Amino acid sequence: MDAFVESLRTAWLLILHADAQLLRVVGLSLGVSGTACLLAAGLGLAGGAALAVARFPGRRGVLVILNTLLALPSVVVGLVVYLLLSRSGPLGSWGLLFTPGAMVIAQTVLVVPVVAALTREAIADSWKHNGEQLTSLGASRWTAGLLLLWDERLALLTVLLAAFGRAISEVGAVMIVGGNIDGHTRVMTTAIALETSKGDLPLALALGMVLLGVVLLLNVLIALVRWWATHHPGGPATDAVPVAGGAANG
Amino acid sequence: MAEPLIALEAVGLRYGTLDALRSVNLRIQAGERVAFIGANGSGKSTLLRVLHGLLPPTSGERRQVAGVEGRPLRIAMLFQRPFLLRLTVQGNVKLALWLAGVRGDAGRARCEEALQRVGLVDQALRPARALSGGQQQRLALARAWALRPDVLLLDEPTASLDPSAKREVEHLLGEFADQGLALLIASHNLGQVKRLAERVVYLEQGRVLADVPAAQFFDGAVLPPEAKLFLKGELPW
Repeated sequence: MDAFVESLRTAWLLILHADAQLLRVVGLSLGVSGTACLLAAGLGLAGGAALAVARFPGRRGVLVILNTLLALPSVVVGLVVYLLLSRSGPLGSWGLLFTPGAMVIAQTVLVVPVVAALTREAIADSWKHNGEQLTSLGASRWTAGLLLLWDERLALLTVLLAAFGRAISEVGAVMIVGGNIDGHTRVMTTAIALETSKGDLPLALALGMVLLGVVLLLNVLIALVRWWATHHPGGPATDAVPVAGGAANG
Repeated sequence: MAEPLIALEAVGLRYGTLDALRSVNLRIQAGERVAFIGANGSGKSTLLRVLHGLLPPTSGERRQVAGVEGRPLRIAMLFQRPFLLRLTVQGNVKLALWLAGVRGDAGRARCEEALQRVGLVDQALRPARALSGGQQQRLALARAWALRPDVLLLDEPTASLDPSAKREVEHLLGEFADQGLALLIASHNLGQVKRLAERVVYLEQGRVLADVPAAQFFDGAVLPPEAKLFLKGELPW
């Protein structure tokens, strides 16, 4: 018990004194997961909206696969990305293995299905209730999909925050493709795993506390967004028309 | 007689095993005020959607005039519960105009005129979803009217409004109809039909059982027995 309390105390000191090693690891974690989520947002929001409004042969099959990918184990993603980026793999010439770039790719692959599946669900529901009215105004399916993305932006913000939470807390994929190289590809989760195995519990605990803090902050943000959406049915409203060029903006 | 704006020839529409419309023949002329009435599930809303072109018939043919004054026919529709995007009041009208290809200064002017018309110009910068139910329906009406439609379709436009909001919307509809657009309204409200329509189409189980001038319909003399029952308030369900 004493060792645990002592480790906690040291962990607090590391955080309070902004330990350089700690900051480097936290910074890389936020950078890798943030970039992965931005890429996943681009792919997942567009793909999810398209799946919500499009009708094509085999769509149900695509949805089943997408929902299956929601439960994709991160070590499997790490393995597949590793095989693709390894020297003998099809993307080996990129030279990305054991770099933060590889970790971004792995986390993007991991969270794209999360963003796409949850976006599809939100947009499909809105399309079911409101698609006909948008069509009556002259919007094509694709334009309607874009408009509904804009209209559901608060719900989708919580989707992106959840995706970030999934990315920053995974360990398997970044361990395999990043290699957990000190000062280069070591992120919070891989550092926690390593420091625990080495017996350096204070650093592992400090990282664990920062990670918990990040996840807690995300949940607070999600709760705030939901509160805002519930209590401000009209807002945040904008005057800009959310379609290409915003040409109708006054 | 002038070429109809929209014509349905023996139109049928099936949802799975249900015949929502059966062999409907209808011609809509410019400037007409037509009310579609009938019990719930009689096919009024489906018929409006087919007239708009939102639903393709499964049998028969829908035709519309090739052009009006050298441009394509313009059709707008007002729904019972209008969908307003999470934009400002004027943002919603501008968006509809943008989709219709009316942009820039023309779009801004048209938007202001439409909001002025429905008495919402002082609310232009408010979030559309913060408006009351009646104001939202007026905004939806402004959005439809801003498109300068030749045909305005209304699906139970006042069904979910309180009496005062109902009166306001009805008054606006009367004004718009006076400008010469064809007004096609599906309604349960016989008083409203009497005030707004000059022609009444009575539907039952997807069939048109009566298509007569409003005065004749409310007089009741020439109606089939089902429509007479409906008129008496003994709805056929």
